[in-house]
Formats: sequence, structure tokens, C-alpha cells
Amino acid sequence: MPTVVIPALLRKFTGGIERVSVPGKSIRELVLHLGQQFPGIDQQLLVHGDIRPSIAVSIDGEIATGGVLDPVNEDSEVHFIPALGGGLV
Amino acid sequence: MKKTLVEATINGETVEFLCEPRQSLLETLRDVLELTGSKEGCLTGDCGACTVLLDGHAVCSCLVLGVEAQGKKIDTVEGLATQGVLSVLQNKFLEHASLQCGICTPGFLISAKSLLDRNPKPTEPEVRYALAGNLCRCTGYDKIVKAVLDAAADIRSQGEGKAAAR
Amino acid sequence: MAASTTTDNFKVIGTRPIRHDGVDKVTGRAKYGADYAFPGMLHGKVLRSPHAHANIKSIKIDKALKLPGVKAIVTSKDLPQAENKLEQSGEMVINPMYLSMNILAHDKVLYDGHAIAAVAATSPHIAEEALRLIEVEYEVLPPVMTVDVATKPGAPILLKDLRNKEEGDKQTNVAQHYQFKRGDVEAGFKAADYVIEREFNTAMVHQGYIEPHNAVGIYNSDGQATIYCSTQGAFDVRSLSAQVLGMPVGHIKVVPAEIGGGFGGKTTIYLEPLSVLLSKKTGAPVKLVMSRSEVLRASGPTSGSKIKVKMGATKDGKLVAAEIWMAYEAGAFPGSPVGAGAMCIIAPYTVENFLIDAYDVVVNRPKTAAYRAPGATNAAFASETIIDELAEKCGIDPIDFRLKNAVKEGDAQVVGPPFKRIGLIQTLEGIKNSPHYKSKLTGKFRGRGVASGFWFNAGMQSSATVNIHADGTASVVTGSPDIGGSRASMAMITAEVLGLPVTDVRPITADTDSIGHTDVTGGSRVTFATGMAVYEAAKDAERQLIERAAKVWEKKPDEVEFRDGKLHAKGNGVPPMSIKQLAPRFPRTGGPITGRASVNARGVGPGFATTLVDVEVDPDTGKVQILRCTVAQDAGKAIHPSYVEGQMQGGTAQGLGWALNEEYFYDDKGTLRNSGFLDYRMPTCLDLPMIETVVIEEANPGHPLGVRGVGEVSIVPPVAAVANAIYRAVGVRMLETPMSPPKLLKAMLKHRDSTKHSAAAD
Repeated sequence: MPTVVIPALLRKFTGGIERVSVPGKSIRELVLHLGQQFPGIDQQLLVHGDIRPSIAVSIDGEIATGGVLDPVNEDSEVHFIPALGGGLV
Repeated sequence: MKKTLVEATINGETVEFLCEPRQSLLETLRDVLELTGSKEGCLTGDCGACTVLLDGHAVCSCLVLGVEAQGKKIDTVEGLATQGVLSVLQNKFLEHASLQCGICTPGFLISAKSLLDRNPKPTEPEVRYALAGNLCRCTGYDKIVKAVLDAAADIRSQGEGKAAAR
Repeated sequence: MAASTTTDNFKVIGTRPIRHDGVDKVTGRAKYGADYAFPGMLHGKVLRSPHAHANIKSIKIDKALKLPGVKAIVTSKDLPQAENKLEQSGEMVINPMYLSMNILAHDKVLYDGHAIAAVAATSPHIAEEALRLIEVEYEVLPPVMTVDVATKPGAPILLKDLRNKEEGDKQTNVAQHYQFKRGDVEAGFKAADYVIEREFNTAMVHQGYIEPHNAVGIYNSDGQATIYCSTQGAFDVRSLSAQVLGMPVGHIKVVPAEIGGGFGGKTTIYLEPLSVLLSKKTGAPVKLVMSRSEVLRASGPTSGSKIKVKMGATKDGKLVAAEIWMAYEAGAFPGSPVGAGAMCIIAPYTVENFLIDAYDVVVNRPKTAAYRAPGATNAAFASETIIDELAEKCGIDPIDFRLKNAVKEGDAQVVGPPFKRIGLIQTLEGIKNSPHYKSKLTGKFRGRGVASGFWFNAGMQSSATVNIHADGTASVVTGSPDIGGSRASMAMITAEVLGLPVTDVRPITADTDSIGHTDVTGGSRVTFATGMAVYEAAKDAERQLIERAAKVWEKKPDEVEFRDGKLHAKGNGVPPMSIKQLAPRFPRTGGPITGRASVNARGVGPGFATTLVDVEVDPDTGKVQILRCTVAQDAGKAIHPSYVEGQMQGGTAQGLGWALNEEYFYDDKGTLRNSGFLDYRMPTCLDLPMIETVVIEEANPGHPLGVRGVGEVSIVPPVAAVANAIYRAVGVRMLETPMSPPKLLKAMLKHRDSTKHSAAAD
């Protein structure tokens, strides 16, 4: 099952847990299942059905660019981190 | 405001133009004569982007009035090449990658020319002192100083070559 | 895609051709934004607030309108309503209401220099006279100039609608809180043999580009507008201006002029929407150019900051814990780079236990904009000083201490994901092996300091087209304004792929109608992401060349290959064909050849730099002379080595200015007192030595040519390196920037007194 690493300020939704195993074949499915396991956390990650523009998604060490559309593998590790534009904030 | 008729020699050509007494030489060159090579960086004489030669002296054209050009000889970056052939300094700047954004380059070229006209064999500290009135934010000056030193050496050896050929 | 190592035999990449725009730049022919002029053009000037914080009671423009030569005046009343929410504009996240308020103040002014009205007149002098005739009635409010004042209970509130998630519905000046956490800091500190804790303060500084902001706006009666301006991102100017003006994005064309420096400060808008607004009102083109004073007062400097760092190490030199609190000045509206700073502050090192809290705080200063690795330099000043102190406590050489803790491939970043191939260790070793490091530094009041730094670098979107001409030469068209020589690299990549001499490839930066969406020139992304698009566009052209040759030879495309700049038929002895020979056959084999590609680039390689600096301190004045400086940086693959060196030297020079002299000086009324280049003191030629560069090439596996962004990270270490050098020179740890003569002298005198007293007490 893919692993999602929970950002520090969202660990209040997971009772302090940093790494959670969540089923899913895409970011969309991961976030959906995260929200089922920890109600409310998905609202923090999504706006208008896609990942918030202020959040970047890293899949297996690489910043992914497809938002909820990106696929994940069975052994993928996913991080949500503050997004930074190129030389911008 | 009533304009004044001014006659001056600019880049070797006799030129007549009209300008208001409140217009600086920089503004006159850029907006009246359409010589936009000299740049505006600060309008207080601190950055050197507007450097031109006024009767052979390097000055900040933002601190000179357009009407003060009357009867004077002015050299700008547009006059450095000879019939399209770049000067040694200009070529060295390109070879050494002495420019990144290029906005300070016209001012540096004029200041460097002024230095080499006075002192054909400058040391590195002398180059740095002569160029201290020109600010560059992109390059850290390293490649600019190298280009000027290289140009000085080139010009000297060309002169020696010409002397030897006689 | 596997990246090549540096031993590839490239023909063009890695060489140092003359840049294609070189002749224009050394002859004054190149057109920068302020060089544009159009028939009937008017000149605009902006009225700016003299107060740091005030309510606007009224604005009267009738006297000003009557001045002969004045054609129009606009205020925020001429802008459409803007919503208070977070919205995606291109790749940026913006608040339309705050953006609009910064362009023209609504009911409040929030910093000395805040724009209130704009005038268009027949000459810039008349426009300035008109400004003096505009009457504004202010209700002056107490200025909030620092994070300390802004966060004090009962502090005046700048933005009445600003809320942060943690304070609920309470009015606040704290816009955002970031937190990064791993392990258990308390346990970590318990295990440490040495713990150092210090508080640092850095002053607000400006990018210092020599060219002021400019814009020429032309609004046509059919609702279409064109903006000529010097910008790092034409597409951002377009989308942000459209947002502010309430116009469709597709009705604005932005033409990026040559740009005289940006460093992040020209990635947003100030004059652009005003130029269009005034053009709309007058029916004429309108040009606005900022004065130097306006640039410093009213564009986007980077944050001053307060950073508290506590770090612990075991006596063998292993970092075990870090606890950090940091607050950055956002300026008048939210959006400081404190989040980035928090992610960079210990990024070069493996630390198992850390807690980082970072706060974005609004103050009555101009809204901050990006400045080369935004947020990272402030952070590195703090952390790299502590690292230096810990190394000293452990009795370990500062470079060796860093080597012991340096991140490498596979280590987890502060933000979580593991690093791929990176070059930090190589930059540390590069410094260790440098002639500078090997040289002895002798003499009184002299010291040597070192520091390292990190920057993420960005990917984002770029488009490129490669057109093959009828004579077999080519153009490569991108949407990336060239601020440092990147267009030469775009031509070099194209030339390498197509086997052409680099002088046969013309690089062009196109306007927003002529090329696909391209994100800003910044984030060290052009050679990486636009280079990636260029590479793929050139490969696309190559594919088409193969198809055409196959047609001509009546073969199948897989029987043809492109090699060494020529098309070869596999198998029997058909003589190879050059592109020049094939080009006349284009019309009959399908038409012109244009290679194209668009990317939202993945595979970004982060950047590391290590800087070594020797200083001499004047014991009587506190003046610091930089004696020698070397910077080592990992470039992945240096496409044009001269311009890679240039980026390293330029970033280092800015870092040295940040360290020694640059600061915003506000008085107690909140008025900026040094809004000119005389007193905002940037390094001159005389202040700096040659800047030695060590270019490391640890190929980035995410890029077809191994490229890693190079533009930014060199600005991150120098401030700390200077601080560490000063310590070794005179025994004083500077905890604030700039380390200017008055501040350093004060610290040295205090140090001398205290050492005298402790000597006396012995």
C-alpha cells in the first residue's frame, strides 16, 4: 500500500501520526481514502476537487505536476509540502 | 516651457536639437535625440548607467543639463564602434562574458574607454578605482575587470605592432 | 531519462560562444523597456503615500486635471472590485484584493511609497507637477515597522480582513504559520554534548537591479491591449494585469523587452496595469518608469527577519537536534518567503530531530517580492553561524564538520522526500581543494570563514519551437526573458541536437501571443525547464527531418538516422545529407519544419553551494574588506560555462553586499531614509576582489543533459561565510545584518571591554 507522509500541521487530524498507509492508485484515491480515515484532512488538501495550488505533491522523491491525476505505485511514498513558484513565494 | 536650440557634436557629428532647460543631458539624448544607449538607473549620479564623455571627460549625463551641451563634444556608447566594427573593448566584453543583463554595459564601456585613453597600462586596482562609479548588480565585476585588463593589453600590443611595422 | 555524465563529447555544449544578443548590448541597440517610444505617447507618474500607515479620507484630482498637458488621472475607483480570496493565477497563488490594493491603494495606505493615483501627461515633467496638485486627506495611524511590534498584543492591525487558521476570527498581523517536525527534539538535545542557541536579526534588503521598473501600455478601442515592459515573466504580467483590470487574459498581449536585472523583483506587476488603465482613458500609448527612489520605496524588497536557532551536536561532530523559530516581514500584504526559509534552514544536513516554526507577518513596509533564493539567505545566516560555533566547540574543522553531516543521495529532505543525486559534498570538497583554501591567511584582524547553502530550484511550465529555415539554419523560440545570458544556452542546446554551428541558430524570446505559456524566468529554471522544452522541440524537428529524408530516399523512417548533423540511410551507400541539403526539399515533402514541445518540467535537481571568504577588519572603523572569495556550486551540466560562472559570481556579490552594507533604514515615522544608491550601499568594483569559481558537475538525472538550475543558490552562503570570517578575524559573533562598520565597531568595542574585564577579573 502507498505511504503518505502527513505534514506537521495536519498531524492533528491523524492524532500525531506522521506516516500512514493508504490504498489507492492515484493521488485522488489516496486523498479520498485519507479523508475517510481521518475526517477533515482532505478539505485541507483539496480545493475545487484538485490539490490546493499552495500545496506541492512529491511522489517517490520527485515533485509531481498532475495534481490529483498523478498515478502512484504500490510502494510509492507521497509527501505534501508547501508549494513554491519559481523564484516566487 | 520654452525650448532652447542647442548645437553640439555628438559621436563626431554636428547636431542641432531643441530641449527644455529642465531636461537633463540624459533625457535629451534618450527622448529628444533617440540615442537610447545611455541608460537611466538612479538620476542622482550614483550608478553610472548614464555615463557619457563630455569633452573627453566621463560624466553622469543625468547630472548635466541638455542646454549645457552647447558647443561641446559628446561621446556615447553608440559612437564606440567604427562604421559597425566593434572596438577592442566591446569585443573583449563579449569574449569575457562581462555582461549578463547588459543594462550597465554602455556606462562601463564609456568609463573603461575614458580610463584606457588616459592610462593605457592600468593595474587591476587602477581599473577597479576607475570603474567604481559604475554599478553592476549581475556580474560581481570579475569578468568586467578581466575584459578591461585584456583590452588594455591588446590595444598596447596593437600599438607596438603598428610601431614595429613602421 | 538517464542523464549523461560530464565526460560526454558534446560539440557545442560546454563551449563559450559569444552570446547572440551581444552586439546589440555593447552598441546600445538593445531595446529595454524604457527605450520604447510610440507616436503620440504620453508619460505617466504615480502619486505615492508619504505615510507608512494611514486611512485615506479623500482624494481630490480636479486641480491636477486642469494643469495644461494633463490628459487623465486614475485612482482605485477606476479598478474593478477585487475579491478577498486565494486564487491561482498562472502558477502563482494570489489574493486578487491585495494585488489590486498594492497597485492603487483602496481606503488605506500601508507603506511609505504606496501608490494612490497615476497621472498621464504630455511630458514626464508635467506629470510630476500634476502629482503635486492632487490633494489627499490622510488620517495618520501608528506605523508597525517590525515583526516584534506587529505581533505585540494590541498592535495596530494593518489588514482588517486578514485571518490565520490558528487564531480563528481574530484580527491579526500574522498571515501564516508553517511547521516542519521530525523525531523528538527534546530527546535530541538531551543526547547532545553541545547546544548553542542564538537569536539573529536581518535587515530588509532590495534586489538592487540597475534598471527601474517600466511599462508602456497601449489600449485599443476594440478592447485589446498591449504592454511592453521589462519583466521576468510576460505571461505572469498578462495574467496578473488581467486580474487587476478585470480584462480577459486573451485580450492582453505582453511583449517582454530586454530586462536590466530582476533577481525575482520583476516577477510581479506595479506599473503595467496603470499603463493600460491610463491608455484606456486617454486613447494614447502611456509610458511609466519608476525613479530609483520609487523602486526602493515601492517595489518588492525581501524580508527582514528574526530567527532563533537552537542546535545540538554530539562531541564527535554529529548534529542531533534543531529547534528553530523564525518570523519574516511580509511587507504590507501576506507572502514573505518564510516557508521557503524554513525548508532551507537545515536543508544541507541530516538532522534526525527538528522542530521548525515559521511565521509570515505583515508590517508597514512594501510588499516583499522574490529575491534570489527567497528566504534562504536569511535562514543560512542563522544556521550556518551556529554550525560554525558547534564545529569550534567540537574542535573540528568547519568544512569537515559539514562533511560529517552533509546530505547525500537517498537522505530525507527536511520536507520529507529523499534526495536524488546531489552535489553538496562535492562543493565542500571543491572548496577544500581550492587554491584559496590551500593558501595561508596571515596578518592581524584577518579571518577566513566558510558556509554552505541550499535552494530547491523549480520546474514549472515552458514551451519552445524550433523553426528550420530554407537555408538549413534555425531559430529557437521560447517565452523565457533572458536576464543572464540564457538565450545563448537555448541556441547551444538546439545546435547540439541538430548538429548545427551555434551561430546558425537564432534564439528568440517571444511575446505572449507568439509562444505557448511559459512560466517566469526565475527559480533557476530556464536552462533546466525551458532547456528541456528546447531539447524536446529540437528532437521533434529531428524526427521530422528523418521523415522528410526518408520520403526523399523513398525509404521508411526507421531506415534513416540523424547523426553528426547529417541524415544517413542505414545500409547501402546512399551519401548522407545535411540539413542544408534537405531544406530545399521541404516544400515538396510536406511543408516547413517546426519542432515543438511544451513541458511542465519534472525531475528538478536542487542546488548546493559552498562559499569561502577571507576578510580583513579595520579595528578602528569596523570596515570589512573582502580579501579573497571562492564559491563552489553544483551546476549539473554547465551548458555555457561563462554564464554559469557569471551566475555564481553575481549571486556571491549580492550576498556580500547583503552581509556588509545593505539595509532599509526607516525612521520612527516609517519613512524610508535611504531610498537611493548613495545610501542603499551596494558593492562597487572597488569593494570586491576577483570571485573564484569552482563549477561542480554532478549530473541531474531528471534532465536529458544533466542540467541543474544555477541562478540562485550562490547568494545563500556568503552572509554567513562573512560572519564566520569576522569571528575568526576579531573574535566577535555578529548576530545581525548588515555587518556594517557602525554595527561591527560597536560589537568589537563591547567585546574588547568584556575581555578586558574578564582578564582583569582573573
